[in-house]
Amino acid sequence: MSEPVAVRLTVNGMPREGRCAPRKLLVDFLREDLALTGTHVGCEHGICGACTILVGGEAARACLMLAVQADGAEITTVEGLMTDGVLHPLQEAFRRHHGLQCGFCTPGMLLTALDLLRVKPEPTEAEIREGLSAVLCRCTGYHGIVKAVQAAAPVLRQRASGGEGGMGSPRGPRG
Amino acid sequence: MKPPRFEYHAPRSVDETVELLGRYGGDAKVLAGGQSLMPMLNFRLARPAALVDVNRIPALAYVREEDGAVALGAMTRQRTIEFSPVVARRLPLLHEATRWVGHLPIRSRGTIGGSLAHADPSAEYPAVLTALDGEVVAQGPRGRRTLRGPELFETYLTTRLAPDELLVEVRLPAMAAGAGFAFEEFARRHGDFAIVGIAAMIVRDGARCRTARLAAAGTGPVPARLRAAEEILEREGLGAAAIEAAAARASELVEPDSDVHASADYRRHLTGVLTARALRRALERAG
Repeated sequence: MSEPVAVRLTVNGMPREGRCAPRKLLVDFLREDLALTGTHVGCEHGICGACTILVGGEAARACLMLAVQADGAEITTVEGLMTDGVLHPLQEAFRRHHGLQCGFCTPGMLLTALDLLRVKPEPTEAEIREGLSAVLCRCTGYHGIVKAVQAAAPVLRQRASGGEGGMGSPRGPRG
Repeated sequence: MKPPRFEYHAPRSVDETVELLGRYGGDAKVLAGGQSLMPMLNFRLARPAALVDVNRIPALAYVREEDGAVALGAMTRQRTIEFSPVVARRLPLLHEATRWVGHLPIRSRGTIGGSLAHADPSAEYPAVLTALDGEVVAQGPRGRRTLRGPELFETYLTTRLAPDELLVEVRLPAMAAGAGFAFEEFARRHGDFAIVGIAAMIVRDGARCRTARLAAAGTGPVPARLRAAEEILEREGLGAAAIEAAAARASELVEPDSDVHASADYRRHLTGVLTARALRRALERAG
């Protein structure tokens, strides 16, 4: 079948649905069918990481999944990070530490860093740099991004121990 | 770019998958984790008539210890392998190699079966399968058969699986307790495919080397088992001179090609350097 198919999924906690051809990429479905344009399309072959989202709580490239594959999935995009108009602590840290310049890679950086901090709540600088090597910043503004992730780590640890912030349970050391 | 048009199927069982693959007679591609196939579709380097998506077959994802071996379902994600206590305990070489596979967001989706069936000779898992003398199980219309690692890989991006066969399981012999191991790799950027990668395992018996295993990624059309270098260690032990001799032999055993990433000579040189490095680190870890 190459005719349009129904896709039902949960995005940022809300049930959403649409119809699209099976060849439609998940990132295009999010942007064009669900009007969630926060997730960016960069290289379309999994290298640049701009389209990184959480699928079932785990960072994944939205350009390397078909929308139809996300049928039934739980997805978090950058639009899902803020709560009640308040920036997520990681976003706040990016703002404070100049973790963005042009902003193109930022959605991918945020969701990649969020996954990294769940898997490694107390990362060393080297581990942060290794983790963030999954996303390319075309402004090469990595310094501020690394600082932002370092600053956010203790805040997120505290939040996690307070039992907040459940967005699925990724496979990790404790997952 | 975007993928070309294709027929999409998401079978719920291996039997149904095999039936679909047979129906398309080689014109269908199996979609596993999609971390290599999706880029090829997006760039239209692959234009299959159909995609058979095996992500809806949960029975293909597992890690099991079975009499001296570890069996991994073909759809076991690299991320699951990275955090699997069974893999960390029984197959620490596979565990270490996994951290070299792309990046965490790639490993969330990428699978062990997909990586092996894609048969990129510069990828990590084919080298680990080769070093550990593992085997894969394929299922086709006439049932299941087992292929040893070297039998699986024919040449670049090409396996000996029939068009209507699905790789369903990977079996790796559990490493001996106290085995030393290391995966060394050189790539331009972290997460890139290896220019050269070396998988090493040694089992020592005092100053002697009972078993040595060495395999190289990125040095030819299929992963290279470096048997003559292993024999030097098994004969001469694990002293500095034996390690140097094994590394020098390793660089002679490979027949790499030159490409845009590196010349054949450079790959040969790297093979020696990384083999020595991997062996020294394996020795430090050996009990």
